[in-house]
Amino acid sequence: MILRVALTVGALALSGLAVWIFPRSILAFLFFQGSLLFIYLADVPRRVKWALLALALLVMMPVIGYFNAYYLEVATQVAIFAALALGLNIVVGLAGLLDLGYVAFFAVGSYCWAIFGSPQANAIFGGGFPLPPVWFFAFLLVGLVVAAGTGVLLGLPVLRIRGDYLAVVTLGFGEVIRVMANNLDKPINFTNGPKGITPIGRPPAPFGLPYGEYFYLLVLLIAAVVVLVNRRLEDSHIGRAWEAIREDELAAQAMGVPLVRTKLMAFACGASFAGIMGVVFSAKQVFINPESFTFLESIGVLAMVILGGMGSIPGAVLGATVVTVLNLQVLKGLSLWLNELKNAGTTVFGYNLANLPTQLEPAKYERMIFGVILILMMIFRPQGMLPARRRQRELGHLPPKAAGGTEAA
Amino acid sequence: MDDFQLLIGILPQVFMDGLVLGFMYALIALGYTMVYGVLEFINFAHSEIFIFGAFVGVEILLGLKGAGVLASVPWPLLLLLILAAGMAGSGLLAVSIERVAYRPLRNAPRLIPLISAIGVSFFLQDFIRFLESIWRNAFNLVYPDIDALNHRFDLTETIDVPVKSLVVTFGALGMLWGLHALVNRTKVGAAIRAVAEDQTAASLMGINVNRIISLTFLIGGAMGGAAGVLFGVQYGFINAYSGFIPGLKAFTAAVLGGIGNIPGAMAGGMVLGLLEAFAASYMSLLTGGAFGAEYKDIFAFSMLILILIFRPRGLLGEVVRERA
Repeated sequence: MILRVALTVGALALSGLAVWIFPRSILAFLFFQGSLLFIYLADVPRRVKWALLALALLVMMPVIGYFNAYYLEVATQVAIFAALALGLNIVVGLAGLLDLGYVAFFAVGSYCWAIFGSPQANAIFGGGFPLPPVWFFAFLLVGLVVAAGTGVLLGLPVLRIRGDYLAVVTLGFGEVIRVMANNLDKPINFTNGPKGITPIGRPPAPFGLPYGEYFYLLVLLIAAVVVLVNRRLEDSHIGRAWEAIREDELAAQAMGVPLVRTKLMAFACGASFAGIMGVVFSAKQVFINPESFTFLESIGVLAMVILGGMGSIPGAVLGATVVTVLNLQVLKGLSLWLNELKNAGTTVFGYNLANLPTQLEPAKYERMIFGVILILMMIFRPQGMLPARRRQRELGHLPPKAAGGTEAA
Repeated sequence: MDDFQLLIGILPQVFMDGLVLGFMYALIALGYTMVYGVLEFINFAHSEIFIFGAFVGVEILLGLKGAGVLASVPWPLLLLLILAAGMAGSGLLAVSIERVAYRPLRNAPRLIPLISAIGVSFFLQDFIRFLESIWRNAFNLVYPDIDALNHRFDLTETIDVPVKSLVVTFGALGMLWGLHALVNRTKVGAAIRAVAEDQTAASLMGINVNRIISLTFLIGGAMGGAAGVLFGVQYGFINAYSGFIPGLKAFTAAVLGGIGNIPGAMAGGMVLGLLEAFAASYMSLLTGGAFGAEYKDIFAFSMLILILIFRPRGLLGEVVRERA
C-alpha cells in the first residue's frame, strides 16, 4: 500500500518535474497527463487519490500554464470537451439514442452569449449592447435553458423514430442549425453569417488573477459540477430508466417507463450541458462563426464517448482528454515537426523531405483519427477503455475489488 | 408581372437540372437501399464509396491527359472506360469495407455497426485526401474538359442541354433498368431477395449468405461509383469531402422512396432532385430575396424529418420485404 502511494506520488512529481525542465516538450506534458490517469487507476486510498488529483489540477496545472500558456489552453479545451462528452454520454451512452447533431446544442448555447455579449445584439434591438461581462454568469443559465428547450423541440417530433433513422435525422438537424447560423444575417442580422461574431465579452477575473489561469479554473469548476450532476443522475430514478430503455424499449415500457418523456429528458439533459459549455466556449474564443459547429465536431464528441466507454463517466472524461490532446498536440506537433524537417531539408532514406507535398498537413487529419477510433473501438472494444461499472458487472469482467473506487450505490 | 414571366421562363431549365440531379441521387440511393434491404443497416460510408468512383475517373482522365492521348480517344469510349473503372473501384472498395468493418459486427447491437460505418466514412474522407495530397499535391481536382460533352444543343428556343446532362440521364436510366432486371429476373437476384427476406432460411436453402451480402455491397458500390463518375463529369470539380452531402441527400431519397425498395429509391431520387432544383431557383424569387438557394439543404433535411414522422415507410412502402 505504502509502496503504491509512493509510486503515484512519485509519478506525479516526476512528470511535474519533467514539464518543469522541458516546458516546451510535448512528451513531458503527455507524461504529466498520463500520470493523472495512472493516479486515477491506481489502487490507493480514495483520499490520497483525490488529494493528488486536486493538487495536479488545481495547483500544478495553473503553474505549468504560467510557463507555457498553450498547455493551459489545452487543459481548458479538455475541460470543455469533457463536459460536452458527458452530455452526449447521457444521450448515447445511457439512453442509447445515437445523436449525430449534438454540436447543434453547443452552437445554440454559443450564439446565446455571443449575440448578447457582443455588439451584435444592437443589430436586432437597436442599441444598449453588449451586456456587461458579468452577465456571462446569468447566460450560463440562459444557455442551459435555451439549449434544453431546443432539445425538447427537436426531440418531440423525432424521438418516435427508430434508432438508426434517429441518427440521420439528428445529423440533418445539426446541419440545419449550421446552415441557419450561416445565413441568418438577412433579412434581420441575427448571427452575422459566415463572418461570425466578435468581440464577445469574457467574465472579469477577480483579485487580479492572471486571465488564463482564472478561466481555466472557472471551466474546471463548471466541468466538475457537470461530473457531479452526472454521477447523481446515473444512479437516480431517471438514470435507471434511461438504461432500461437502452437495453430494451419494450421491456422498459412494460415496467412502466414512459418512453417519450424519458427520452425527452435525456435529450434535454444532454443538450443543457452542451448549452452551458457553448456559452463558456464563446467567451473563451471571443470570436465564433458557424465553422466551429460542423458535423466534424459532433463526431469528435461521439468519438470521445465511444473511446472512453458508452455510459461511463470517467470514460467520457478520459475520451475527451485523449481526443483533444491528439488533435491539439499530437497532430499539430507532427505538423510542426514535419515543417521543421522540411525547412531544414532533412533527407530520410535518400528522400529529401523538402520535396514533400505542401498539401500534406498532419494537423488536418482529425477525421482520420476520429474514424480510426470509431472503427477500432467498435470491432475490438465496444465497451470502451474505462467501461461503465454496470456494464462491467453485466459482462462479468468486474474484478472482486472494483478498480475505479468503491461502489457508489 | 415580370417576376411571373421569369418564373415561367426558367421553368423548363430548372426541370432539366432537377432531373439530372434526381438521377444522380437515384443512383447513389440504390447503394443505401440495397444494403439496407439486405442487412437493415445504414451504410454510412456509401457517400465516400460514391466519391471514390469520381476520383478513379478523374485519375484516369488526368493520366491520359498527362500521356497526351486524351484528345485522341473517342469520347464514348473514354466515358465507358471511366465508368467501368469507377464502378470497379467503388464496388471493390465497398466489398472490402464490408469485410473489414461490418462483417465482424454483424450480430452486434444495431448501433455498433452504424458507429463503425461513420468511422469508415470519416476515415475514407481523410484517406482519399491523404492519397491525393501525396500523389498530386492537390485538394480539389478538376475533371479535364471533354469538348464533345460540353457541347450544348437546343431542345427548344429557351432550353439548351449540354451533352453531358443527357449522358447522365441515359446512363443512369440504363443502369437503373439493368439493376432492376438483375434483381427481379435472375437467379442471383432471387438469392439477394431471399437473403433480404430471411438470412437463416436462405442459408438453409443452400444460398451462401456471406457471398450474397458481399455481392450486394459490390453492386451497390458499383452503382455509387458510376454515380461518382457521372457527378464528376457533370459538375467537374471534386474533393475528398464533396461526397458527403450528396450522400446524405441520396439517403434522404432512399428513405423518401421507401428504404429497401429499389424502384422507391429511383422515385425518391427524382422527387428530391426536382424539389431541390425548384427550391434552389425559386425560393429567393418567392420570398423577395430573404431566403435564397442557401436553404436548399435545409429543405432536403426538413423533408427527411417530415417523411420519417408521417410516412416512415416512404412513398412506395416496402415492396421488397415484408417484416413485422
